[in-house]
Formats: sequence, C-alpha cells, structure tokens
Amino acid sequence: MPAVSKGDGMRGLAVFISDIRNCKSKEAEIKRINKELANIRSKFKGDKALDGYSKKKYVCKLLFIFLLGHDIDFGHMEAVNLLSSNKYTEKQIGYLFISVLVNSNSELIRLINNAIKNDLSSRNPTFMCLALHCIANVGSREMAEAFAGEIPRILVAGDTMDSVKQSAALCLLRLYRTSPDLVLMGEWTSRVVHLLNDQHMGVVTAAISLITCLSQKNPEEFKTCVSLAVSRLSRIVSSASTDLQDYTYYFVPAPWLSCKLLRLLQCYPPPEDGAVKGRLVECLETILNKAQEPPKSKKVQHSNAKNAILFEAIALIIHYDSEPNLLVRACNQLGQFLQHRETNLRYLALESMCTLASSEFSHEAVKTHIETVINALKTERDVSVRQRAADLLYAMCDRSNAKQIVAEMLSYLETADYSIREEMVLKVAILAEKYAVDYSWYVDTILNLIRIAGDYVSEEVWYRVIQIVINRDDVQGYAAKTVFEALQAPACHENMVKVGGYILGEFGNLIAGDPRSSPLVQFNLLHSKFHLCSVPTRALLLSAYIKFINLFPETKPTIQEVLRCDSQIRNSDVELQQRAVEYLKLSSIASTDVLATVLEEMPPFPERESSILAKLKKKKGPGAVSGNELEEGKREGGELNGAGERPGDSSAIGASNASTPSPSADLLGLRSAAPVSAAPPSAGSLLVDVFSEAGPAAPAAGANDDGFLSSAPPSVVSEDPAPPLPESDELLNKFVCKNNGVLFENQLLQIGVKSEYRQNLGRMYLFYGNKTSVQFVNFTTTVSCPGELQSQLNVQLKPVDPLVEGGAQVQQVINIECLTVFSDAPLLNIKFRYGGALQNLTLKLPVAINKFFQPTEMSSHDFFQRWKQLSQPQQEAQKIFKANHAMDTEVLKAKLLGLGTALLEKVDPNPDNFVCAGVIQTKAQQVGCLLRLEPNAQAQPGEQMYRLTLRSSKDTVAKRLCELLAEQF
Amino acid sequence: MIKAILIFNNHGKPRLIRFYQYFAEDMQQQIIRETFHLVSKRDDNVCNFLEGGSLIGGSDYKLIYRHYATLYFVFCVDSSESELGILDLIQVSVIIVNVCFHVQVFVETLDKCFENVCELDLIFHMDKVHYILQEVVMGGMVLETNMNEIVAQVELQNRMEKSEGGLSAAPARAVSAVKNMNLPEIPRNINIGDINIKVPSLSPF
Repeated sequence: MPAVSKGDGMRGLAVFISDIRNCKSKEAEIKRINKELANIRSKFKGDKALDGYSKKKYVCKLLFIFLLGHDIDFGHMEAVNLLSSNKYTEKQIGYLFISVLVNSNSELIRLINNAIKNDLSSRNPTFMCLALHCIANVGSREMAEAFAGEIPRILVAGDTMDSVKQSAALCLLRLYRTSPDLVLMGEWTSRVVHLLNDQHMGVVTAAISLITCLSQKNPEEFKTCVSLAVSRLSRIVSSASTDLQDYTYYFVPAPWLSCKLLRLLQCYPPPEDGAVKGRLVECLETILNKAQEPPKSKKVQHSNAKNAILFEAIALIIHYDSEPNLLVRACNQLGQFLQHRETNLRYLALESMCTLASSEFSHEAVKTHIETVINALKTERDVSVRQRAADLLYAMCDRSNAKQIVAEMLSYLETADYSIREEMVLKVAILAEKYAVDYSWYVDTILNLIRIAGDYVSEEVWYRVIQIVINRDDVQGYAAKTVFEALQAPACHENMVKVGGYILGEFGNLIAGDPRSSPLVQFNLLHSKFHLCSVPTRALLLSAYIKFINLFPETKPTIQEVLRCDSQIRNSDVELQQRAVEYLKLSSIASTDVLATVLEEMPPFPERESSILAKLKKKKGPGAVSGNELEEGKREGGELNGAGERPGDSSAIGASNASTPSPSADLLGLRSAAPVSAAPPSAGSLLVDVFSEAGPAAPAAGANDDGFLSSAPPSVVSEDPAPPLPESDELLNKFVCKNNGVLFENQLLQIGVKSEYRQNLGRMYLFYGNKTSVQFVNFTTTVSCPGELQSQLNVQLKPVDPLVEGGAQVQQVINIECLTVFSDAPLLNIKFRYGGALQNLTLKLPVAINKFFQPTEMSSHDFFQRWKQLSQPQQEAQKIFKANHAMDTEVLKAKLLGLGTALLEKVDPNPDNFVCAGVIQTKAQQVGCLLRLEPNAQAQPGEQMYRLTLRSSKDTVAKRLCELLAEQF
Repeated sequence: MIKAILIFNNHGKPRLIRFYQYFAEDMQQQIIRETFHLVSKRDDNVCNFLEGGSLIGGSDYKLIYRHYATLYFVFCVDSSESELGILDLIQVSVIIVNVCFHVQVFVETLDKCFENVCELDLIFHMDKVHYILQEVVMGGMVLETNMNEIVAQVELQNRMEKSEGGLSAAPARAVSAVKNMNLPEIPRNINIGDINIKVPSLSPF
C-alpha cells in the first residue's frame, strides 16, 4: 500500500522543525520560534493575500509551535478561511487547527458554524466527516443550537454512508453531553436503538457509545436496547474467530464492541424476559469458559483482548448480583488472575474483587484469597498494585479477619509509599473502630498508628479515639495506662502528646495509684514534651494542667509555678498567655467545689457518624465508599459508642446553631455537648461571680471561659464575629419598605426594630428580648461597616446592659448618619452567653439607601422632562421580574410610599402604572431619583410580571434601588 | 470517555497532544508535565494503569499508557472505559501509524515490526498523525477499531492529497492570483436617507 510519502509534505515546515531540533539551547529555540512567529504574523497581515498552500503551511507551523508549549494568539481567522477552501488538504488542516486551538466560547464560532453548515450539506462524505469531527471536538453550545436538529437526521437517514453515520453518532453524543436540553431524541429513539442491529460493525461501535449515554439518562425510553444488545453480544460470542474478519483482533472476535455491549447492559437490571436472560447467562458462561481454554496465540494482545471482555463480563455479573453460581465462578477466575504473571491482570483482578467483596453471595469466596492479597501488599513492586491490594483488604475485612488485616496494614504502613499513607491511616482507623470487640485493641491500634505514621494521622483520627475513650468507661483506665507508656518514648509524635494530654487530663486519676505513674510523674512527663510542641498542642496541655489541679490538689503548687513563669504568663502568643493567666487565677481563687464543677469530667459525646469515614469518602470521591458501607459504618459506630441520646442534647444542639460553626467543633462535638453539662447555667453564673471579684481581668476572662471548661483544642475557641447569617439578606429585604418590625428571632432571642429618618440622619431602636428563663450574660453588640461602607455611613451605638434577665427586654439606640450614597448594609454582631455557651450571631442592620429619601411632588410635565434628562445608559436600571405577591393596587401604593418616595398620581398616561419621585439626602450630595413600575395585571395569575425602571443622577443609586425593590413585589 | 491523548518522549517533550475536554493552554502544559512526572518514574515492567493525576479529574480518572523505545503514549480516561481495551487501542494506533508511514505490505508483517514507533515520524508529520488518530478517536470516544478500515480511510486521504498536489494545484494558483488583484473596496453600509441596509459581510479574499 502507498505509505505517506515524506516528499509530499511542506518543505518550509520541515526546515523549520529541523531548525528547532538543531537549537543548542532553550534560548536559541525561543529565539527561533519568535522569529518564525513574527514572520507568520507579517505574512498574515501583509497586503498580499496568501494562497491556500501558504496558509496551510503557516497554520501547520503554528500548530507545531503550540505543541512546544507556546501560546498562539493569532491565526484563527486564517484557519477559519481555510475551512471554506474546496481543497481537501486545506480544509483538513483548518479543521485540525480549530479542533486543537479554538475553545467553545470563541467569537469565531459563528463563522465556523457557517463553514460546517456548508460541508454538512455538501453530500461529500469526506467533507461531512471533517465537519462532524469538528463539532464533536469543539462541542460548544452554539454548535448544539445550530446542529442538534440536523445531526440525528444524518444519523438515521437511509442513504448516509457508514463512515458518516459513525461520525454522526459520536457527534450527537458530544452535543448531548454539552447541551442535553437541545438534543431531543423523541422521534429518533427507536431508530437510534436499532443501530445496534446495523450490518456495519463500525456503525454499531460508534452508536453503542451514544446509546449507553442516552440510556444512563433516560433508561425507560431506551430499555428496548437490552434485548438487542443481548442478541448482538450472543452472535459475537458464539461466532468463530474468523467470522467477523476485520473485527477479529488476534483471534478474538470484536473485543471492543463486546466490552461496550457489556457496559451498556450494566445500565440496566437483569432482563425480565426469561428468554433474553437465558441467552445472556449463556453468553456470560461462554465467556467464563473461554477463559479456561488454552490461548489461541501467545501474543499479549490476544490475552488482553480476551481478558478485556472477561473483566467486563465479571463487572456485569457483579452488577446483577443475583446469580450466585456466576458470582462464585467470577471470583475463582479473579483468584487465578491474582497470581498471574502479568501485572496488569493482577491489578485488574484486585480492583474487580473489591466490588465483588461487597456482594453477600461472594464475600466468603473473596475472603479465601486473603493470604494472596496480603502477599501482594507485601511483595508487589508496583505501588498502583499495592494500593489496589490495600483497597481489597479493606473491602474484605469483617469481624472474623479484622485483627489480621489491621495488623498487616499497620506493618505495611511502616514502609508504605508516602502517596498512600494518609489513606491507609484512615482505613486502619475505620476498620479498628468498626470491628473492635475489645476496646483495648482499638486503643492499641490507634496509638500504634500515631507511632508509626504520626504525620499522616489527621485530626479526625485522634479526635475520634478521644470521643470513643470518653464514651466508654471500660477502656478509660487502659487508655490512660497505654498513653502514659507511649509518652515514655524519648521521641514521640505531637499527635501522641495531644492524645496523651487529653486523656491524662481526664483520666490520669485512674492510674495515679501506681507510684510509677503518680500525679507528679504524669505531669512531669507531659511537661517534658511541652517545649517541643506547637502552640495548639501547648494550649491543650495547659488545659490538661488545670484539670490536673482539680484531679490532684497536690500538684497545684508545681503547676501554678509553671503557669506563673514568664514563658507562660508573658507568652507572646495571646491564646497561651490568656490561658496561663486565667488558669492561674482560677486555681488560686476558686474553691475546690467550684473547681470540681468547672473542670468536671467531659460528658459523653453525642452519637454521630464517624468523621473519619466522611473524610475517606471525600478523599476517594463519591462512589468509592459505597452507601452500603457507610450505613454499616454508622450502625457499627453507634453500637460502639454505646451512648444513647443524652438528656439536654437536643437543646444544646439547638443553641449551638447560633454559635460559630467551626470544623473542629463539629468533629469533637465540644460546643454542642460539653458546655451544657460541664457548666450548667448555675455553674456559669458562679464562674462569672468568681471573675467579677477578680478585678480588671474579669471581662476578658469571662468572655473566653469555654476554652478550658471543655479543655478543647484552642482552635475551637473563636471569639471573632460570626459571618452574617445566611438569611440576613432576606431579613433585610423585609425592611426596605417599612421601618418597624421583628428583625430576627430564634429559640433564645428576639430582636425588634423601630426606626425613623430625617434628612440624612436616622435613629434606630433595637429591642433585644430574652425568650428563655435564664439570664444572658456578657451581652454585647457591635456594629461594623465593612469595606468602603466605613466612609459612607457613620453608625453610633449606645451601650447596652451586659445582663439580660430571663424574659426581659433591653433597648439599644443606634444613631446613623449617611455621608454619601452606599449600597451594603452595616453588620450587627451580637454575642452573649447562654448557660455558659457562647452565642455569636451576625445580622445585617436594616439600613438601605432608600431610607434617606425625601419625597418630591411634581407635575407630569416636570416628571417627563427630568426623565428625559436622565437618559444616559448608566443612569438607568431596569428589571423585569415575576410577581411574587398578588397585584393589589393598594398594597403596591403602600409599599411605594414606604419606600420613601412621593407617589405621583395622574402622571403616567397609563393609569395602571406607578411613578414616583424623590431625592436621596446624604451629607455629601443630593441624588434625585425617578421610578416607574409597570405591572401587566391582565396576565394570568402566576404569569404576572413587572417592569421596574429607575433613573437617577448617580448611576450606582439606580442600580442599587432596582435590586432592593425587585424583591418587594 | 477519553479526556486526552498525550504523546511525549523520554525527556517529557510533547510530540502530540490532543484534549477532548477544554483546558486552558497553560493548564494543558501543566497536565503534560504532571503526567510525564507520574509515568516516567515507573519501571517498564510494572502495570500500565495508574490513578489519574490531580489536574485532569481526580480519582475517577486513570492514566493508561504504553512506553515504546523513546515515546510514551498516554490516554487519560474515565471509569467508563475498559483498561485493557484502551491498552489495545494504543497498540492499534501505533500499528496504524507505522503502517501508514512505512509499510508496503501490511497483514503479514503485523506481528513482527510493530513493537516500536519512530519518534521522527511524529515530529515531522504531526498533522498526519493527528489525522490518523482522528480516524480512531473522535470527541473522546472510539470511532473505529478495525485496522483495515482505518488504514483505508487514511489511504483515501492520501489519494486526495496527491490529486490536489502537482499539476492540479496550478489552477488554484491562478485563481488566487486573480483574487489578489486590487478590487475597489466594497462599501459595507449604504445609507439611503434613514434606512440602513446592511450588506452581508463578505469573506475577505
């Protein structure tokens, strides 16, 4: 056959490529490329129009330069011109350039579409294929709009050439993926499905990709494809290796198509029709049988092709999960592959077995391969394969083999590749928790995990072990003893120090009887690690120390000494310093009773889904951890925690909704559970009493007490104002057209607003109502003007009483001065403690620019004259929107008056329309605004629309008012 | 779906790149570098699949690759493709490239001389290799797997190219010479009073 002869190519191109290859340095190469780019640019820009050959050559050079990693920002137009050439080679390179270099939102798409349209209607199959390729490769929405109607026609037309049909099928698939709403299959459905019966195998190959995608999205409409696919598959599988001629690949008939057919069937449940099902089972059996036959060729291509089909068949068997016989055969087959000398097959076998392990029919059969899999984990040279082995061990783990598998995974961790360590750690942690029968084993495993791979132990893992130890009485003593021993190691990981600090702080008393772990020994051991640790860990250790003072009064002098030393009490880190000061003060002032209450043992954590499992799921992406497994994890987790619903939990959680959401708080559940029982309301007020005696440090300390109450890691303590509530914008919208009302309400607190405005000044009264019977302490409010608002609005807050008695209401006055036009609302942050728990919420203060309107009465003539004066585009803002409420004239009038403008009667020639006028008063300027609201009241309810137009002498004002008002009607 | 086909040499120099999902140019280069980094450090006798890089789509994507003497052929695919199938497809593509560039008689020699591919073919005929790949993969999906069919299509292209070269190119040159003559500017907008008539913009010659 004639080979592509090298002489035919473009000489200039070959010379250029040779030049580049001869460049000795990167600089020389860049220089040569820049020279060429300049040359091409001047050629394209030159007066002399280029002939097709030159354009083709230059476009090809640009493609080559692009391949070398240089941006190409010109030449697109020349490429588009090539499309309309009637020479095949020019058209071809034009299309190639566009497919490689034009993205779907290019401005050239319309020109390209024109060229494509011409080629599609040319009836020249080669040109049609080029055009279809281009659509499939670019696949933009504009292309879908232009061709989504045409392509199905080409696909099913009787006189279309096979090669064009193939291209049309894939082209349609691409358009369906990018713009499913534009590809309407309705009338074509059955004809497309019947392409599965096409004589030409190439057409079937292309069509099946399309049908698979469509079936995934519309399984009902395409379900007739199942029986057609089964019969097609059956014909291929039972054919002799020579029947399909060209589609036989190394003695395997049509391997690619067989794989695709098996994939298509995986979109559906097993066929209901007995005959179809029988035929399919027969196919699957034949495929399994063929795997046992001696190979027809020694070439790897032969076994690849054969096994590609086999793996898809097994995937289908697993998908059906209903034929125990086939499942077990599949498992045995995969078992053989586990020991195959081809690495690829071992990899795929491990991967498939992973899914097989979750089937109840084959779980036991999979388990019989445990030794092989463990061996793979230990001996495979390829990290991809080892990773699959680890996945499979995780999937086949159950109560019977958990100890063995966890032990193997732990020992593998010592040498595991860095890339998979974190995932391995998560898996070990989950398995240890899920299948723990005795909790000392669980604690040992996690501590080992920290010892072996401490850097890869994420926070979730060590939070979890603490949650579990706290919730299980029977393991607390053992845990204390084990961490104490682990901390003896000269170098231990910081995560170990964290776990150690926390557990000894809570349960150190359980091992204090042994003189080898007496309170002072414990303290000295912890403190010996202190200086090597990061700030968060040190903060945690300080909390452990104060807990020690409560547990072991005899350690008090030593610990106070430590807290008092300069490196603590004058630490440059504010968190550490604050803790040192507060703890020192607390330990010297509070009576033992108070200390015992404040530093009480942590209450059990509420039962929750393991955060580790959630993390693994996130890491692996959806689908990697099956829903089934998650549910199981949840169930087992619940069993393990053993803690039922605690009284008071629900109210605590309700209260926590208003406080700062913090990721670590969610994990440890400190905010939700701890403060309630560690510091019941009475203890909370006691504590405040303690501090009010303590002098100047009191307010700060009082505001930050939960840090040690729960001995939480400091990251949990956030005194920053919370971000605005998600609903705060909506709340704000309620106050655009009115000045009084309820701004906010939750279970604890109600906030009412009354406000009045004159000129550019406003006064607002806020009423804070305590809805509970318990007092709010440290009640503070602040208003902030973020960003440029600071220079636009002057807001002054009168102080408010820090104590709000149960059932009482306090009032706060806010003075507002509008300096210039503004668009954002100031933020109101409210903080208080309710029963010891910090409540922190941020709202938007209901101040909008329209509050400073002065109504202006004017005649129709004046109105329209001014309207015309404000005719520059940026002075106008317009919105057309659906009516949210009934179009009641009186309600509309009231709202427009509430806006602050004058409602002008008999101004608009159309009596249904509303027009308003007003002047916004600010300190810096006055801004005139005109408004026109046009309802289409005649329309059906549900289709009623408004057109709102605003014009103002300052452009931002019209826009802002338009946004505000569009929400009101 | 095939997200991308990347061919680069042992030093990471790209020889052919084809993305079937849009990525900005600099992202494309990053993906090439990351992919090269991932595959080049692997031994030759390990498996041909690995988890996809972080850039192209995370854990649902796999890289399926073959290493020939100086070149890596890498297909970035999602989980809807059969790994072994793609591996065969790479082999098929290489065979076809070889057939199209070098071989007079095809079927008999199939088993012998296609274990490799010549880097120079790709360098000097990048456009041709693109065209060959286009007969195999279209918009990220496999169009045809029958080697004879693909080779026949490429052969057809070559014949058309031949017929357009040589003598047949002369008339085209004449046409372009005519087009180059200075024609008076065609007015785009003709104003007749208030009425604006838009003349359809003609494609520049």
